[in-house]
Amino acid sequence: MEFDVVIVGGGPAGLSAAIRLRQLAIQHGEELTVCVLEKGSEVGAHIMSGAVIEPRALNELIPDWQAKGAPLNTPAGEDRFLFLTETRAYKLPTPPQMHNHGNYIVSLGNVCRWLAEQAAELEVDIYPGFAAAEVLYHEDGSVKGVATGDMGRTHDGEEGPNFAPGMELHARQTLFGEGCRGSLTKTLFQRFNLRDGVDPQVFGIGIKELWEIQPSLHRRGSITHTTGWPMDMKTYGGSWTYHLEDNLVSIGFVVGLDYQNPYLSPFEEMQRFKSHPEIRKQFEGARRLSYGARAISAGGFQSIPKLTFPGGLLMGDCAGFLNVPKIKGTHTAMKSGMTAAEAVFDALKGGQPHGQEVKSYAERLSKTWMWDELHRVRNIKPSFHWGLPAAMAYSAIDTYLFRGKAPWTLRHRPDHLQLKPAAECQPINYPKPDGVLTFDRLSSVFLSNTNHEEDQPCHLTLRDANVPVAVNLARYAGPEQRYCPAGVYEFVQEGSESRLQINAQNCVHCKTCDIKDPSQNINWVTPEGGGGPNYPNM
Amino acid sequence: MKILVAVKRAIDYNVKARPKSDGSAVDLANVKMSMNPFDEIAVEEAIRIQEAGGATETIAVSVGPKQCQETLRTAMAMGVDRGILVETDVETQPLAVAKLLAAVIKQEQPGLVILGKQAIDDDSNQTGQMLAALLGWPQGTFAAKVTIDGERLKVAREIDGGIQTVDLRMPAVVTADLRLNEPRYVKLPNIMKAKKKPLDTLTPEGLGIDITPRLTVVKVAEPPARKGGVKVPDVEALIDKLRNEAKVI
Repeated sequence: MEFDVVIVGGGPAGLSAAIRLRQLAIQHGEELTVCVLEKGSEVGAHIMSGAVIEPRALNELIPDWQAKGAPLNTPAGEDRFLFLTETRAYKLPTPPQMHNHGNYIVSLGNVCRWLAEQAAELEVDIYPGFAAAEVLYHEDGSVKGVATGDMGRTHDGEEGPNFAPGMELHARQTLFGEGCRGSLTKTLFQRFNLRDGVDPQVFGIGIKELWEIQPSLHRRGSITHTTGWPMDMKTYGGSWTYHLEDNLVSIGFVVGLDYQNPYLSPFEEMQRFKSHPEIRKQFEGARRLSYGARAISAGGFQSIPKLTFPGGLLMGDCAGFLNVPKIKGTHTAMKSGMTAAEAVFDALKGGQPHGQEVKSYAERLSKTWMWDELHRVRNIKPSFHWGLPAAMAYSAIDTYLFRGKAPWTLRHRPDHLQLKPAAECQPINYPKPDGVLTFDRLSSVFLSNTNHEEDQPCHLTLRDANVPVAVNLARYAGPEQRYCPAGVYEFVQEGSESRLQINAQNCVHCKTCDIKDPSQNINWVTPEGGGGPNYPNM
Repeated sequence: MKILVAVKRAIDYNVKARPKSDGSAVDLANVKMSMNPFDEIAVEEAIRIQEAGGATETIAVSVGPKQCQETLRTAMAMGVDRGILVETDVETQPLAVAKLLAAVIKQEQPGLVILGKQAIDDDSNQTGQMLAALLGWPQGTFAAKVTIDGERLKVAREIDGGIQTVDLRMPAVVTADLRLNEPRYVKLPNIMKAKKKPLDTLTPEGLGIDITPRLTVVKVAEPPARKGGVKVPDVEALIDKLRNEAKVI
């Protein structure tokens, strides 16, 4: 199938790019076909975010969003930043990046559902339930498009009775908006050496729960962030609690994937965090509605790769445009998608050929507010290598004294190299879940509505099947069973032998294993389209 | 012969249904909806019959809000020729749906009507049977296999303890059970083609049918949480518990 532009991923970046492309095409009377592929069963099914969003990019994209019913219903209100010890909470001054006046607390999934409606009205072809599984190339090496994955293969790779082969989608430009650690983006990094000369990307894993709480305890618009407990001083992590409409509360915990202790479990840190006296009091008589997890890019400015290559480009979080101190990436994802669309439109209009490298995208991006914003905060996250107190002191100096214009840039180290051998670390004794406020992994994954067609090839592939037991278990006490928030990885004892069991059906597509596996032995590839979580209101 | 298939937009089978906090209904806000899985089987069966030369046209009909158009587009992407939406925002109950379908059927004159045996949202399992009664047509419910033989239809039905085969005169109503077939994957080009297939919209008023709900939902609640099991030390203790606690022997 032929299109002018194919967009991989129906998130804020991809949908904004699609909308902007069609707006420009209509404005200039150009024929321009735009197709969006989304691996989730519907747009929004795989979207998980806090989320407090800055409406800046949306104001530029759809100025009358309010009249068009965008689900930005809860203006940000009271802002609190707390430092937690095990039993106490101390109020800290809110850093300027974390001021939220004029922002909105939203379900990003619902915002994307709405953006998809706007895109569909502009005649964007959106295909949810189809995963882009492979990048296609022209003979000259430029990107030709993508192929969707086969459907109906059995677990051993044979064609099942309902087999439907993947489709090739060809385009003059292919725009990748896969989100953090995109599986195709990873192959593009390699093929076009896009990461040469930039810092490695670093990541965090965010785990989120959606709760419905008692109306008397609900303070719509309230925003709380915490740092400190249950993280130790060396580990980067913190929480959010946002009170949305309808007595809903979004609560989540982010752990930097540069953590060193292989016994650390981000999932259990999140559970333990909720039991803090300052946090738990709002959950009296509440019920948990949903659960999800997703890796986020935290490298910021110095980790942004080269963004363009012949035939395509990167946008959104697969390029790593998250503003870490702000803990916001939606406005930058949208802005990058819109800027990409403007550059691509100019490059394609009047029937220009395929295979161009739209270099003007990077140039345009460097002139936007987004570039300046990311540049100013570039030293905050890497300073956390020095531990929390030093990092907070440094961040204050960098922010208030240098105003983000310090004449140096701190560097990143890759996350998967940070784990220490288990023998050098203390096991962590996590409390047992109570089934009321704190839960185990399986009852949590249950709430993410995750499903994969049962009889399909495992989408969590191992480069070497011996590594999990010989290296990961022996040296690092099997960290995959702890960092996976969905219980996908299990070491099973069979007689005197251990074996790694991969419960791929549980996978919530967070990509943490692909990032944190110490020997980079796990390669996350797309399962059949439509598989994965079905997040409502996340 | 035309085949008419009824399709319902229902909560997706992967979603854990959850009552609203006031217990008035299942919370469907921003929840994924899709075609009722049994209706997907019905659509697949209709297409297979058509592909085997047993039908000249297949039509999908849905009753409900505007978004049911998506459900009809899915049916058309699978292979159905055209769609009819009876659009209403009123809550639709089995008898009302059966009456609406009967009215559409009188216009379309199909030789065979296939429905899912029930929808996974309310699990009523009534519409097909009511429809057959309203039309005065024979019915083959819980179909595991359908064979057309001239004017007649053999339907192997899933019943307790085995399979019962009934021989029906067409026109007839069939409701699809789980093992009738395995629906195909929708292909991308067919989704594009489905956008161009005809989709007509009717209204209950236009069909002259009163769809005022007759059933009142008293309360929607989650099933009681399952209590954890206990281990008993020996057979005596088990018998004691069964006799004195559970009072089943």
